[in-house]
Amino acid sequence: MSAEMEIDFLASSTRALADPQLRRNFRRAMDGLMAKRAAMFPDPAEWTRLRALGAAIRAKNLLKLPELLERLEKNLTKNGITVHWASTTAQASQKVLELLEARGAKAVVKGKSMVSEEMGLNHFLEAHGIESLESDLGEYIIQLDGEMPSHIIMPAIHKNKDQIARTFSQKIKDAKYTEEVDELTAMARAVLRQKFLDADAGLSGVNFAVADTGTLCLVENEGNGRMSTHVPPLHIALMGLEKVVERMEEVAPLYSLLTRSATGQAISTYFNLISGPRGGGEQDGPREVHLVILDNGRSRIYQDEELRATLACIRCGACMNHCPVYTRIGGHAYEAVYPGPIGSILTPQVAGVGLRHELPHASSLCGACAEVCPVAIPITHLLIRLRREASHRLSGSTVLGAGEARSKLEDLVWSVWGWVLGHPAAYRFSSWCATRFWRLLPANAPVLKAWTLSRNKPRAAGRSLQERARGRGLPHV
Amino acid sequence: MSERDAILAGLRAARPLMQALAPVPDFTVVEEKRWDPRERLERLRRGMTAVKTEFLEAGPEDWPQVVVDFVLRERLPNLLFGPHTTEGRALAAAWPAQGPRLEPYDRPVETFKRELFEGMAAGFTTTLGGIAETGGLLLAPGPMEPRLLSLVPPVHLALLRAERIFDTLFQAFQELGWNREPPANALVISGPSKTADIEQTLAYGVHGPKRLVVILV
Repeated sequence: MSAEMEIDFLASSTRALADPQLRRNFRRAMDGLMAKRAAMFPDPAEWTRLRALGAAIRAKNLLKLPELLERLEKNLTKNGITVHWASTTAQASQKVLELLEARGAKAVVKGKSMVSEEMGLNHFLEAHGIESLESDLGEYIIQLDGEMPSHIIMPAIHKNKDQIARTFSQKIKDAKYTEEVDELTAMARAVLRQKFLDADAGLSGVNFAVADTGTLCLVENEGNGRMSTHVPPLHIALMGLEKVVERMEEVAPLYSLLTRSATGQAISTYFNLISGPRGGGEQDGPREVHLVILDNGRSRIYQDEELRATLACIRCGACMNHCPVYTRIGGHAYEAVYPGPIGSILTPQVAGVGLRHELPHASSLCGACAEVCPVAIPITHLLIRLRREASHRLSGSTVLGAGEARSKLEDLVWSVWGWVLGHPAAYRFSSWCATRFWRLLPANAPVLKAWTLSRNKPRAAGRSLQERARGRGLPHV
Repeated sequence: MSERDAILAGLRAARPLMQALAPVPDFTVVEEKRWDPRERLERLRRGMTAVKTEFLEAGPEDWPQVVVDFVLRERLPNLLFGPHTTEGRALAAAWPAQGPRLEPYDRPVETFKRELFEGMAAGFTTTLGGIAETGGLLLAPGPMEPRLLSLVPPVHLALLRAERIFDTLFQAFQELGWNREPPANALVISGPSKTADIEQTLAYGVHGPKRLVVILV
């Protein structure tokens, strides 16, 4: 993921916490999303069974992943869709550029695609003289402001309508200032309709790719996905290699879990299944359809039987909607394409667990993420596993950057701690010291300060538990 | 080695380590969702009305007149349709000689793209059925009814026969054969185009049709 920026999670999250507007925007949005999702699963028995089904489908598909990818390629090719493979985001971007340049494409409209965010595709294309315009309303808003998505489903969720009204009045030609959501939406519609009409190519993501039938499935509400994939003469779809599903029937429960978990909708407005370009006798649709399958670290994640569950994700975003950390710091603070709990397990594995060692710690381990995950990814277990991977070079580990975040000071502290606990006399002496001298330690002492900055200094008992037990004559202490 | 082969070889390298047995998905939670015809229709209407879909009831013979009346009532200047379906022919036969134009979508989009985007007030399509569980119409655009017919005009009129409402999408996939050989483009549409990207406030008619009107036979 974009590693060129200076990463400092502590600084970015501290900044976010100090921004009351940002916190209000997220609190309000997350509360709404949690309530809407809950209303969609009124029957706990149905939820449990549907989620077990979703988890089984994803686990089965991942076990067969290499075969399914080959079958997908075979059937897409049979349907007239050309398949390309890319190990890195740079290769994927290059492939897209080649396809566009070969057809003289100058303007591209994009449906929502998180893989294209991984690739940094908009900047790449613009650097090569190709206009790349986001057409999902949320993505369009943040593109106008030159920002990154702060949520994988609702990219502009960090903004309120006043902020969006200002952006539109400044950035859209001849736009008047309005805070009416319907008017703002109408403005975007007017601009983007023209762009759909004129675009030389359309780009999109993929929600599910069906191996048996060679079908690309796209879930959306706005219609921009259908516009991007059906109006221009060329459609290029981008997907991570984990998105493949074996049978069409398996898509039905996954789709239901996705829309209900993501936005609390029983069904999205559009579910678009693409199994081929414009056929003989057809009056419209793209003349060519291409699929770029991106690895970008996924096959490395696949090597580890426990961490492989990361790849089961169907990108609903429920984990972030329910995360107390995400709700408070928002998406940008993670300084990664995928924020929230799923990002905290995915980003370190892709960018390196040494480089992003702080992300698995960006969790209170409350478990809300794992509880709402529609495919039952054990997110908290994976967070703990990655915390360990960051500081230990475990034997046989395939995690990128394992052990790189190990700190000498931390090692020293733990070995002293271990030694003290292993020697009863030393333990008694240290707890005697702690109970007697604790009150002499000022609240703003180094290390302690990090705690007392926003909390009272804890009070210590006058005598340790062990001393008191002995005083009562309890045996074996 | 090509990128493709390198990626697949990388994935296969994990194979010997695999211990987990592939779980067998249990679809009963989906399969047992069954309703009688009356309930199916009720559920579909409830689901789709909740997302602002409009319904017009019609009989098997008089539905073209219902479409004509709607177009007249709403003062729509024209209606785009696929002229070669049975329903398309029935509609053309009922169309009044004076008044709004009935425009056939029977030529490549490139020849009238701007007109399609700027001049067409409404589009009429048939459907292959609906979904009771969640609401939703099933469409398979193609040579007879092009893909953009249900997307570009601001009003989408869709003909739904009540006896073609399936219980679930899962069932529809099987009954329509989409699980074996799906059409080049297949669609589920549950309402007019919408977004909640601005402050979670629902707004209709963002990129696709602003209104979806079901002609229910």
